[in-house]
Amino acid sequence: MSIQCLVYAECKDGRLRRVALEALGAALRIAGEDGAVHALVSGADSAALAEAAAELAARGAAVVHVADDPALRDGAPEAVQAAIAAAIEAAAPDAVLLGHTSLGREVAPRVAAAIGAGHAADVTAIEPGDDGGVVFARPLYAGKAIERLRIAPGATWVVSVRPNNLPPAETLPAGADPGAVTALAYRAPTLWTTVRSVVRKTAGAVDLAEADVIVSGGRGVRSADGFAPLQQLASLLGGAVGASRGACDAGYCDYSLQIGQTGKVVTPQLYIACGISGAIQHLAGMSGSRVIVAVNKDAEAPIFGIADYGVVGDLFEIVPLLTNEFRRMLGPATT
Amino acid sequence: MNIVVLIKQTFDTEEKIVVQGGQVSADGVKLIVNPYDEYALEEALRLRDKHGGTVTAVAGGPEQCAEALRTALAMGADEAVRIEPAPGDDSASIAAAIAACVRPLKPDLLLAGLFAVDTGAGSVALQAAERLGLPHVSAAVRVEISGGTLIADRDVEGDVATVSVPLPALVTAQQGLNEPRYPSLPGIMKAKRKPLRIVGRSELAAEAASPATSRLSIEAVPPRSAGKRLSGDAPAELAAELARLLREEAKVL
Repeated sequence: MSIQCLVYAECKDGRLRRVALEALGAALRIAGEDGAVHALVSGADSAALAEAAAELAARGAAVVHVADDPALRDGAPEAVQAAIAAAIEAAAPDAVLLGHTSLGREVAPRVAAAIGAGHAADVTAIEPGDDGGVVFARPLYAGKAIERLRIAPGATWVVSVRPNNLPPAETLPAGADPGAVTALAYRAPTLWTTVRSVVRKTAGAVDLAEADVIVSGGRGVRSADGFAPLQQLASLLGGAVGASRGACDAGYCDYSLQIGQTGKVVTPQLYIACGISGAIQHLAGMSGSRVIVAVNKDAEAPIFGIADYGVVGDLFEIVPLLTNEFRRMLGPATT
Repeated sequence: MNIVVLIKQTFDTEEKIVVQGGQVSADGVKLIVNPYDEYALEEALRLRDKHGGTVTAVAGGPEQCAEALRTALAMGADEAVRIEPAPGDDSASIAAAIAACVRPLKPDLLLAGLFAVDTGAGSVALQAAERLGLPHVSAAVRVEISGGTLIADRDVEGDVATVSVPLPALVTAQQGLNEPRYPSLPGIMKAKRKPLRIVGRSELAAEAASPATSRLSIEAVPPRSAGKRLSGDAPAELAAELARLLREEAKVL
């Protein structure tokens, strides 16, 4: 059985997002030997699009469609949706895959509804079904449970994959022919959305959902300045800074840093929780981390019940010392 | 302004999830209005109070979700509608039912939470907007209406984008949009007399969609257990030991 796939490969700041490669990897595995995988990139920066397309073609996409139009510059969702619709017409896929990002989350349901597709959102695993089909695993209750679902026979699949969970597509072996890059016949729709301005609070920062290392602060951080040592440790380790709801409610940081059941759910390799007591809702947001470290003055804090390594101590002493240790350990090249 | 708010009744976020007989057990579970939908409701009430009009709360679900609708009425919504569930309902079939129910209400503004804390998918409201042919603004942290235009600040993975769309439109609410009010006692009393209409699926048959996904299984994720505890009087030693363990034992660095 061959499954034709279309991957919407999202770019940010002129570069392919890592989750785009993860979606491509998933598509290649679903498509199998006989299925073809098409990819779509969209935007208004021709040079960046060409580079992104070449990379997708070098990693297994048989055809990469490029939608290059001023309407696509600001990320208006209806413009992206129209590009996906045009690519669906060109590629006639059985499955459409994309990252479960801010853009993916708002576009995937609309694409699904427009074509009567089944939508599997925030998928963390894709498995073969008992009868030869494909089963999608996804978290419920912020990770307290996992559901497995399949899409109805005859319905197209629209699958958004959670960043940082599935292996990315690898570069093809030397000598293999890269895929073809082609311009998509794209007609910009009448735009509803005007993007008036964007304040980049996170320019250069690692996105929480894609970070391999997260250093997170709770009420124990005690102030906005209290995040400074956490930021230093995160920067040294190439990671991102997160927060518990308590820290956000107390005004120590922006809600966009919040990790938890009513915030972001993250799955880094390493999660360092500083001054976080470990409320159930917070655990729901980070218990999928591979390794959890907790630093807290209170030996009874619930977070110690799930931490792989718990340090009872003052985070304002421990975190800077940890930063120094890692700086030494990782060598003089890192600052 | 005719404002419609989509709400969902979910488990309280404190609840442990117990799977019994292939289903999530609702025994003794506290049910609440989905926290993100509370932001949507609160914003609807504020906009109505500023611009005039009515707020209608709409929920799809079994009889017990009338409780969530009564909470919405108690907060100040004017009317409520409960759409009956159907076997095998998924985001596609529910969104189609909601679109069919909402269309004749001719809303100027449709509000919903960014996602429901049980499924976490954030799919239904956007699928409904597609079916209704409405523009949307998702993850709004500030909303303003000026004439027939909606202006909003959106949380986009930590960045803030200010956008505008023409009304009617869907707006989904992100945390930080507002602080939802608690229903007052007079509000709770008034709510009992406000209209709560039930809509059967046969009334919505003209626009019905079959479920496009089916759940095969569900399993609770076993909680993690505690690992090593490092304590002592010398923070420098603790830090050194932790760094060593992370590198040599956990192999994360």
